[in-house]
Amino acid sequence: MVTVLARAGLWLVVLFLAVIGVALAADGGFAIHMTIVALAALLAVWFTVRSADYTAIARGILKMPDQGKYDDDPIRWGIIATVFWGVVGFGAGVFIAAQLAWPALNLEPYLNFSRLRPLHTSAVIFAFGGNALIATSFYVVQRTCRARLALPGLARFVFWGYQLFIVLAATGYVLGISQGKEYAEPEWYVDWWLTIVWVCYLAVFVMTIVKRSEPHIYVANWFYLSFIITVAMLHVVNNLDVPVSFVGSKSYPLFGGVQGALVQWWYGHNAVGFFLTAGFLAMMYYFVPKQAERPVYSYRLSIIHFWSLIFLYIWAGPHHLHYTALPDWAQTLGMVFSIMLWMPSWGGMINGLMTLNGAWDKIRTDPIIRMMVMALAFYGMSTFEGPMMSVKTVNSLSHYTNWTIGHVHSGALGWNGMITFGAVYYLVPRLWGRERLYSVRMVNWHFWCATIGIVFYAASMWVAGITQGLMWREYGADGYLVNTFADAVAAIHPMYIARTFGGLLYLLGGAFMVVNVWQTIAGKLRAEAPLHNAAYDPEADKPIVAAAAVH
Amino acid sequence: MADTTNSPASAGRRFDEATQTETVGHEWDGIEELNTPLPRWWLWTFYACIVFALGYTVVYPAWPGIHSATQGVFGWTSRGQLASELDAQAATRAKAVAGLADLPIEQLPQHPELMRAAVAGGAAAFKVNCVQCHGSGAAGSKGYPNLNDDDWLWGGDLKTIETTLIHGVRQPGDDMTRQSMMPNFGTDGLLDAGQISAVASYVLSLSGKEKPSAMTQAGAKVFAENCAVCHGDTAKGNRELGAPNLTDAIWLDGGAKADLVAQITHPHHGVMPAWGTRLDPVTIKMLAAYVHSLGGGEEFQAPAVATGAAPAEAATQAVE
Repeated sequence: MVTVLARAGLWLVVLFLAVIGVALAADGGFAIHMTIVALAALLAVWFTVRSADYTAIARGILKMPDQGKYDDDPIRWGIIATVFWGVVGFGAGVFIAAQLAWPALNLEPYLNFSRLRPLHTSAVIFAFGGNALIATSFYVVQRTCRARLALPGLARFVFWGYQLFIVLAATGYVLGISQGKEYAEPEWYVDWWLTIVWVCYLAVFVMTIVKRSEPHIYVANWFYLSFIITVAMLHVVNNLDVPVSFVGSKSYPLFGGVQGALVQWWYGHNAVGFFLTAGFLAMMYYFVPKQAERPVYSYRLSIIHFWSLIFLYIWAGPHHLHYTALPDWAQTLGMVFSIMLWMPSWGGMINGLMTLNGAWDKIRTDPIIRMMVMALAFYGMSTFEGPMMSVKTVNSLSHYTNWTIGHVHSGALGWNGMITFGAVYYLVPRLWGRERLYSVRMVNWHFWCATIGIVFYAASMWVAGITQGLMWREYGADGYLVNTFADAVAAIHPMYIARTFGGLLYLLGGAFMVVNVWQTIAGKLRAEAPLHNAAYDPEADKPIVAAAAVH
Repeated sequence: MADTTNSPASAGRRFDEATQTETVGHEWDGIEELNTPLPRWWLWTFYACIVFALGYTVVYPAWPGIHSATQGVFGWTSRGQLASELDAQAATRAKAVAGLADLPIEQLPQHPELMRAAVAGGAAAFKVNCVQCHGSGAAGSKGYPNLNDDDWLWGGDLKTIETTLIHGVRQPGDDMTRQSMMPNFGTDGLLDAGQISAVASYVLSLSGKEKPSAMTQAGAKVFAENCAVCHGDTAKGNRELGAPNLTDAIWLDGGAKADLVAQITHPHHGVMPAWGTRLDPVTIKMLAAYVHSLGGGEEFQAPAVATGAAPAEAATQAVE
């Protein structure tokens, strides 16, 4: 009873503060946000009071959940959230790609490119990727520790608190609330909320590892832990700012000028390094061996590449600031750390791909393995391309062009997307107790739509980026620049259309996933031929009888 | 995993059947790990990257100290590289720039080599300074003159274009700026709506856009009394005053009847900055040469005004 009262009381305090926030709000956006928070707190109070088991409390015995089973509820919600936010994020991406190709699609003021672009990036990185990471980390840490999730109440708070963060961030962008830092756009109060949620996430994860029944901590959990800890550090430092008012949405950062830029890109690059690389490598280290039913290729490689990756990644951020006001020495260090990062990054690819040793035939028969292999291939490509683009000479051509966009998307669509789809398809039948997926063939359709989509996307952006870079720097024989900025924009217009088409294919793949996941959860099985049958010829399936023997 | 078996030959050690590799001996939720050594090529490439990185930090500025960082043995700086690249292009231009600096623009046609360089430089300067109003193809748009045709408000020889560039059009504070002020015939009550409509019809009839009628005849009378003083009795315009030729079907502010009525009622007066205060004299000469080269450039002392037979495509581009 005390727990129920304490929880309800805590939510009432949040509700009270939110209502005060609405009443005193310095700007309309803040009032809308506090209204959303108040509604969320109200829902939380209602659920806390309603779902409490009062008869059990009265009898003095708390009904304990079955300790003999893993705690999978937050994981099921997380998988649904992953699929939902994924499709929202892909759709937003296709729309802003179309806005670049056809500017008339900019619907002022709420749905213009500058407001929807952070909506797209946050939806795919933090909502789709973040939910996938939280859900899979809760799944993997329980299985590989052979222990039920520690702090189950807090785990549920992490899930719902994270969704509130996503809603506040997304509505903020559309309303024009942004601190203007790439991948860190949410304002100060949303940052504080995420900090609380993230610390709770760390607590749940670490406490589950602490109560493990296995003697050793599995490699996937090292990667998850490094991702959670580092993202906490990056988030707090890059969001050190001073609110103009405690009842208003605007704030100013503590760091200014080139220091601010360096902190931002230290954050931005390591968001890629620890959110999109370390976190997803953790997923890879569990789901690839499970789906392939093969042992991990090399334990030693996993140790060496883990420690070298996390040590080197954290210094590579300055390569985002080549040829800027950042001192030359810092640019040099950003570049050389990026080059040294190449092999540590590839260690993960080798360990993933070579885990298929002895099971390569599954690429032909299992579309989930196919997705995972394609994910690792794109991981390898973009972690080679990244160090290459950090070389100053290459960067002087590629910087500020669409090449960067193509690079990011070959990593995001190819690596993060594909490995997440693979994990979702692995998890859904197991989490809902189904015999198999609704349709394995549909996974194959998803695979091909996504793969062809990525090829259109990456190829068009490479061509567009190199075109821009060459046109901007072109001098004529007389010593004058040949092209205007607008000339380069006109030149890449066809590439923008090709990119939109690629994004559309990727979104179509996502739609197949929605149908497949939905039907699997509903318990349906699609009547379909298996994906692979070895050839069988009954005519040939008999012994050769010598002619003489017949007589 | 399923295919990992205990090998009887090595008690306690487990070998993976498919690869014949020993496992480490741990197992998590069915996942085991092989004790494969680090791939040699991976390790040596990693070492090579580290060696390259260390070498690079010796050659380029890298190691930070308390007050400054190492400069690197090449003495390279990003600012230095930018300066040397800009200097290299400036050197390419130097001869032409020096030649143009001393040359009065009237003599430019006698120096084909300098003329070619001036047109190239003018094209580059045009893209930075002029395209915002005149468009990237210099074709202008409603309210902004097309510079490709031979219809000039103030004259189309090199010297006149240069003067227009230096002093601008209706630029406040420049005594020599191009100044033309057509009165607000409608809003100042100089003509009534009927008269304005009639004179607009008359002007349209001059380029065959409207058939002669009683209306145009009434307009002709209004024109003679109010407009001819600047635009001339034959409406061919007057470059001294910047009064446009009204007979050539080329329109700066639109050629529909409604556009003409609007222009007579309350004329639009466009402004061009006086570039003499913003750009150096050589760049202005180059811009004059470039604009002159676009197709409508005129010879010096050519008194002939533009004829009514303007190129057909120019009629859609409003210059005047």
